[in-house]
Amino acid sequence: MTQPSALDSVKRAADTPDERQPYAELGMKREEYDRVRDILGRRPTSSELAIYSVMWSEHCSYKSSKVHLRQFGTKAPQSEALLVGMGENAGVVDIGDGWAATFKIESHNHPSYVEPHQGAATGVGGIVRDIMSMGARPIAVMDALRFGGADQSDTRRVLPGVVEGISHYGNCLGLPNIGGEVVFDPCYIGNPLVNALCVGLLRKDQIKLATAPGPGNKVVLFGALTGPDGIGGASVLASATFEDESQAKRPSVQVGDPFMEKLLIECCLELYQADVVVGIQDLGAAGVSCATTELAAKGTGGMDVQLDLVPLRDPSLRPEEILMSESQERMMAVVTPDDIDAFMAICAKWDIPATVIGEVTDSGRLVMTWHGETIVDIPPGTAADEGPVYERPFHEPDGQAALNAATPADLPRPEDLRATLLQLLGSPNLASKEWVTSQYDRYVRGNTVLAQPADAGVLRISEAMPGAEETTRGIALATDGNGRYARLDPYAGAQLALAEAYRNVAVTGATPLAVTNCLNFGSPEDPEVMWQFAEAVRGLADACKTLGVPVTGGNVSFYNQTGSAAIHPTPVVGVLGVIDDVAGRVRSGFTGEGDKVVLLGETREEFGGSEWAHVAHGHLGGLPPEVDLEAERALARVLVEAAARGLLTGSHDLSDGGLAIALAEACLAQGVGCSVALTGEDAFTDLFSESAARALVTVRPESFDALAELCATHEVPCYGLGTTGGTALTVEGVLEIPLPELREVHTGALPAIFG
Amino acid sequence: MARVIVDVMLKPEILDAQGQAIARALPRLGFSGVSAVRQGKRFEVELEGPADEAALSDVRKMAETLLANTVIEDFTVTVEA
Repeated sequence: MTQPSALDSVKRAADTPDERQPYAELGMKREEYDRVRDILGRRPTSSELAIYSVMWSEHCSYKSSKVHLRQFGTKAPQSEALLVGMGENAGVVDIGDGWAATFKIESHNHPSYVEPHQGAATGVGGIVRDIMSMGARPIAVMDALRFGGADQSDTRRVLPGVVEGISHYGNCLGLPNIGGEVVFDPCYIGNPLVNALCVGLLRKDQIKLATAPGPGNKVVLFGALTGPDGIGGASVLASATFEDESQAKRPSVQVGDPFMEKLLIECCLELYQADVVVGIQDLGAAGVSCATTELAAKGTGGMDVQLDLVPLRDPSLRPEEILMSESQERMMAVVTPDDIDAFMAICAKWDIPATVIGEVTDSGRLVMTWHGETIVDIPPGTAADEGPVYERPFHEPDGQAALNAATPADLPRPEDLRATLLQLLGSPNLASKEWVTSQYDRYVRGNTVLAQPADAGVLRISEAMPGAEETTRGIALATDGNGRYARLDPYAGAQLALAEAYRNVAVTGATPLAVTNCLNFGSPEDPEVMWQFAEAVRGLADACKTLGVPVTGGNVSFYNQTGSAAIHPTPVVGVLGVIDDVAGRVRSGFTGEGDKVVLLGETREEFGGSEWAHVAHGHLGGLPPEVDLEAERALARVLVEAAARGLLTGSHDLSDGGLAIALAEACLAQGVGCSVALTGEDAFTDLFSESAARALVTVRPESFDALAELCATHEVPCYGLGTTGGTALTVEGVLEIPLPELREVHTGALPAIFG
Repeated sequence: MARVIVDVMLKPEILDAQGQAIARALPRLGFSGVSAVRQGKRFEVELEGPADEAALSDVRKMAETLLANTVIEDFTVTVEA
């Protein structure tokens, strides 16, 4: 057994200025450690070192990304809908009738690789608490997932565990999972991406913020007990010697308890209703360190904490470990002395342990004691906000020009387009994701209007809340991201991710309002990766400005690489939209016989980064499809207005796999076939090109003229292709596939692999 | 013929939500004096031959591969007398 080290108090730190400290083992650079010494005017105690090391980590401080992320603010479009922007736990958007929606996407990539089930489950738990901490009731989740090749053996370990973890946690919480993505590419082997999104609903005037104002107010830790979860590196601080290996056995895996989280949700909502919360913060990465420093920094500026009062699951935990513990299902609230009894009574009602561990002060210092001895005494802002900021060098990757020059122009075009369609439709990325999504509860709570495989999830706004009148409103949400496009051109790739999510929201009839993003990249210390990051952020910020949808928050995940091989740069973009009347939402696919099938948008020969090049030739080169944001905006206007006027009977976005896949999916949605004729010169390009800013819609024949007129007004190209009906997908003179054959190929692919 | 028992438990530092739920339920059912409960799994593996070192080594491999998730669980292998 390890001998615990002597308590490293502030007094002891002053007396032993030269004691060697394990800053490097905690991931701190020498300059960063020296800066801590400068700030404090002495060496930090081991508890202070724990706080600074974790608060100044890439994950918490955004030290490599900050200089680029600023563009989301400086280039932000004017938006009256934005109530809370970046910098809080999640952004909040005005969705009308007194309602607001809060949403955010966050990565849980590495934990999901180490322990897929628990990693993915706690990813859901973490993002749900972010949404709760804004004052909202979480109402739905979705997940954007990336795995290695479907045929790679580790994918068979990671994918089932991740899907199980998401479904377990989300289903236990009773939250519908309404969408997301599953993408396979060998570049993600060893670095799967698990990006979890949550959306919550609240009244506009009930927004809560992470702040600790008012000296004398109580600081309450409530929720699960604190255990040695996810401590990892902090153990080095708690052991007697740095060489001691026995302490390194502390797990880096966190295990969640969704039933505790469910209680926590209901408890928080009742606390908000009773109006007994001044400020609130969820405990995520960096646990108590993060919550105390951030709350104090945003409030009156000071806080006294008795760390020995933190209730523990494992009584042997040392203060350094308590500070860094990532135990799940915990929250911290600031409560006035007058309200504390009411607060505690509500927690007791929900069986939620709650403990007053400190008090807000105006001292400007965060002071923590351990059985009477002072172990932390720092200005909280120096840990929370004034971390290091790096202008990392970046340059275009050496092989980028060659990659862009290797266009798909020379790839042999297929003779048999029927076989190509079936090959693509049954490939892992385009195959039906039903095997995954059927493990999620999509309809719990009864407000789901559209869910997978629809282009976007749509929810009815229906909450029994005081002061809330009846509303017909709904919200729509979609996430998208294409790593291959971003690999070819990160600036355009990020814009295409936004454009697709924006389009997916618009095809349901909802008006896109706001953006969240999860930026998954390799190591920022690699200038080539940093270039990809810089370009992607610049592209996304520019596109948000043009489309008039502000970024409300999100998350950066760096170091997604194994050795020197980084993943494709993968910006995942989530777009939230609002629809005035959910009864007018448009389904994605053919809904009846005899409708006119219409293609909106222009098709060019664009195969760079396409599914066809990937599946048929294993090719990645050239440039991604051209970005035309004005065309995207015009298309969205047509889609939203046409839906509002009741013109559309179905609507589906064109993206991966082009028109061919969109037609197949539209047929399979309700089992309605179609007969269409192509309009271009080359059937292959017409069917498989991935040109952006396109959608496939259906209208009753008598509505076609009205749609055509609307398209003309907005200068959106509009082509009548044919008619719905029958039991086959027929492209005149090119191919005919009976729907049962189509369905078998589409739905059989993933079960055949993951069974 | 021999029977080998594999006991799988969450590592002591890992949160055991089910064990906690049981511990919370006990007082409600009138049982007192219990300070904590941890829940695990027990496997009874029937061997075709004797439980010699080679067979036990195989069982340990089975436990590592399938019966236990060694990222968060420990296991013990014992031969039933």
